Amino acid sequence: MAVRAAMQTHTARGGKAVRKKLIEFNNVSFRYGEDQPWVLKNCSFEIDEKEWVAIIGHNGSGKSTIAKLLNGLLFPQEGEIIIGGKPVNQETIWDIRKNVGMVFQNPDNQFVGTTVQDDVAFGMENRGIEREEMVRRIDENLSAVGMQDYRQTEPHRLSGGQKQRVAIASVLAIYPQVLILDEATAMLDPSGRKEIMETVAEVQMQKDLSLITITHDLLEVVKAERVLVMNEGEVWGEAAPRDIFSRKKELRGIGLDVPFVAQLADELEKAGITITKEPLNHAELLEELWTLHSRT
Amino acid sequence: MDITFKNVSYIYQQGSPFAHKALDDISFHIPTGKFVAIIGHTGSGKSTLLQHLNGLVRPSEGEVSIGDYRLTNDEKPDNLKKLRSKVGVVFQYPEHQLFEETVAKDIAFGPENFGVDKAAINERIQQILPAVGLGEELLERSPFDLSGGQMRRVAIAGVLATQPEVLVLDEPTAGLDPRGQKEIMEMFYNMHQEQGLTTVLVTHSMEDAVKYADHVLILNNGGKYMEGAPEDVFTRSDALQEVQLDVPEIVQFLTRFEERFGKRIPFHRQSIGELAEEMERLLGREKTR
Repeated sequence: MAVRAAMQTHTARGGKAVRKKLIEFNNVSFRYGEDQPWVLKNCSFEIDEKEWVAIIGHNGSGKSTIAKLLNGLLFPQEGEIIIGGKPVNQETIWDIRKNVGMVFQNPDNQFVGTTVQDDVAFGMENRGIEREEMVRRIDENLSAVGMQDYRQTEPHRLSGGQKQRVAIASVLAIYPQVLILDEATAMLDPSGRKEIMETVAEVQMQKDLSLITITHDLLEVVKAERVLVMNEGEVWGEAAPRDIFSRKKELRGIGLDVPFVAQLADELEKAGITITKEPLNHAELLEELWTLHSRT
Repeated sequence: MDITFKNVSYIYQQGSPFAHKALDDISFHIPTGKFVAIIGHTGSGKSTLLQHLNGLVRPSEGEVSIGDYRLTNDEKPDNLKKLRSKVGVVFQYPEHQLFEETVAKDIAFGPENFGVDKAAINERIQQILPAVGLGEELLERSPFDLSGGQMRRVAIAGVLATQPEVLVLDEPTAGLDPRGQKEIMEMFYNMHQEQGLTTVLVTHSMEDAVKYADHVLILNNGGKYMEGAPEDVFTRSDALQEVQLDVPEIVQFLTRFEERFGKRIPFHRQSIGELAEEMERLLGREKTR
């Protein structure tokens, strides 16, 4: 087990370039009212530029509250949130919202335009962007999410996945530094989910974004660089997916699941097959078994 | 109650330029007491099929029988209400249908409509609350003050309070966290077994279908694409991928295992623990040779 832990630390640290901090939560606490329980309790964490962080936790663990605090839909009673060097407060909120793009769960609740291009234009109109620039950005961002052929399409003719891609394009059009997906794939079918995650991975690379995905989908979590686990309003753990998923028992204890390969690795150990490296996907586990197998 | 579809087609806005065939010549039989999973991507006809099960719509062509109740284009049972009291439908996001002032009133609404007396309803509520994981202290609260997960449970309790013989579930765990999903599915499964219900589950989760269903029905473009036991249907990867469906993760793994090791482990709905033991036997045996 010691070997396994050492290898995980190595892979978690290896290859990570030095990047600038983009988001800081410093001892943040939040509750909805004075007679209400604390939803977030003394939370501190940082997110870098261009980093992909997944936030997981059971319902009511405080995940979505973090998202709402990030773009000033809510303000904390205690502690401080800093985005791009600026503290988030009533004065800075309009600047900060330009940097923070959010996509929510329900594809039908966030479509405001009567056509796809109107929807993408909406956020830009609010920010007084000139028409020519708007047209250019509509093209650019609909192409980025693969929806360039649907400019004139009405929302009810789109699938859930397509609507969410338009929502992403609308957010990208204001050139944010961080994109937050708050369970944005939860209401989609498996092919819609795949479509969104491919789109998101693509635009993150293309546009050098930080990405925060709040999700229950374990296959989304393993794609992130780092996972923040929330439990009852507190930061329960923070590490690379591989390290987080090696704490299976504890994760189950706080109502979370672990991916199929991690469960299988666990059961294989129980059956007497040693696994030295926590696998994140089928290929890694098979590779490990193959090495073990061919040595004999 | 058993369910039979005989050459059922359903056409929306029939006779108009917008006519659209949502179900196309579907036939199948579900014996009493079976747990059936219906799978298909968005737009495959799943929801339209469900609406036939309690007579919300009647087939444009063909015939649907649920127990002794028969539905055709020009015939509906005189006692449609009785049918509806026996077929409980949990629609998608059922918490959107909550409307009463208190949790107790919301749960009671269904059985009251079917003429169950107050005392009997209260007795049912007492039984159902622990089963769906709700505390009695919530009964006098407004359903709208509850968390999303609790609201879902209240809505489900409302359906169960009608004591249906057929339980129809349209993606009942969508949007819940993993623990909530598991709790709700286990609850339905226990009820299915204890009360000998006939259960129809519409799901996108191949994992749930493998775990709970005796029989799987796959729809595509309004037609029946495949039907059979989960271990038969889910091993036909190519056929499933053709209609953009995934095979369960364990089947994907078994395929890759065979590619890599040249050894086949058959899929028989084994648990992950059982799979690990099978792999150990294969690999371990090799080791001692």
